[in-house]
Amino acid sequence: MAEAIQIQVNGEQRSCRADATVGDLLRELAVKTERVAVELNLEILDRKDFDHRSLKPGDRVEILSFIGGGAEELRH
Amino acid sequence: MVDDRLSIAGHEFKSRLWVGTGKYKDFAETKKAIDASGADVVTVAVRRVNITDRSKENLLDYLDPKKYTILPNTAGCYNVEDAVRYARLARAAGVSDLIKLEVLGDERTLFPDTAGLIEAAKILIKEGFIVLPYTNDDPIVAQKLVDIGCPVVMPLAAPIGSGLGIRNPYNLKIIMEMIKVPIIVDAGVGTASDAAFAMELGADAVLMNTAIAGAQNPIAMAEAMKYAVYAGRLAYKAGRIPRKLYATASSPIEGML
Repeated sequence: MAEAIQIQVNGEQRSCRADATVGDLLRELAVKTERVAVELNLEILDRKDFDHRSLKPGDRVEILSFIGGGAEELRH
Repeated sequence: MVDDRLSIAGHEFKSRLWVGTGKYKDFAETKKAIDASGADVVTVAVRRVNITDRSKENLLDYLDPKKYTILPNTAGCYNVEDAVRYARLARAAGVSDLIKLEVLGDERTLFPDTAGLIEAAKILIKEGFIVLPYTNDDPIVAQKLVDIGCPVVMPLAAPIGSGLGIRNPYNLKIIMEMIKVPIIVDAGVGTASDAAFAMELGADAVLMNTAIAGAQNPIAMAEAMKYAVYAGRLAYKAGRIPRKLYATASSPIEGML
């Protein structure tokens, strides 16, 4: 069995299987892959590569999608 | 006006009112307001997916991509690097090369950083993006944006979300006369007459969010905006009478006692 590794997803620490791919992570998080963008260590991934890119300890993953927004944006 | 479509870089739009999707109570209200506005272009922002609460619905589940053109923006970006990053993410997540490019210069006014805007637009155009730039009401900057390949220019009417209406109609008019690509007045509209005024000046479309979403009855205001934009467009095409200081009688004198 693969061991667990620590990664960062959308700014939060999280563990995943050592042999997991980005696609596995998205499935685990129940994120539908249509209309999402994934950045792995600042590199934007092609959707067709999600299942081929494996995760390494310390990887930073950002998962983004579209939200309501207009001529203006709520300030944070 | 049987056929009065707006054409931008090969994309055809029926509606000259474009709307943002922020600040609504919920997605159902967003959808109703968009329907009432008749808009076929809706802007969206790109943000982190909520991975801790997956029960949350997605806005795009409410918007049929066959019915609406989804126009992602780079709202909230204050430098070239961030704006370019968000534009690339939007393209990776989305369906087209269209991007509403915002590079903001100041948090209080949300005025665009036009130098940063031009720089970011150059990078994105080179990467094949169709850049729709949110800019100031500066005719020279507008011309520069066209020169580097923007197929449309989107000057503000007033600060984003301010509802102050058309603050500088003369600059907007100069932009409309000087610039040979469609002009979309973006931001600052407060009520229906502002939208009509923008269209009467000769704007090709108006983009708004807060004026509708922030109204006491957003759905009714969305409908008001639809008619305002339509009426303003008709009036512009009809050609208004010149302004004169003194009266001209509209009833004949002949036949009077």
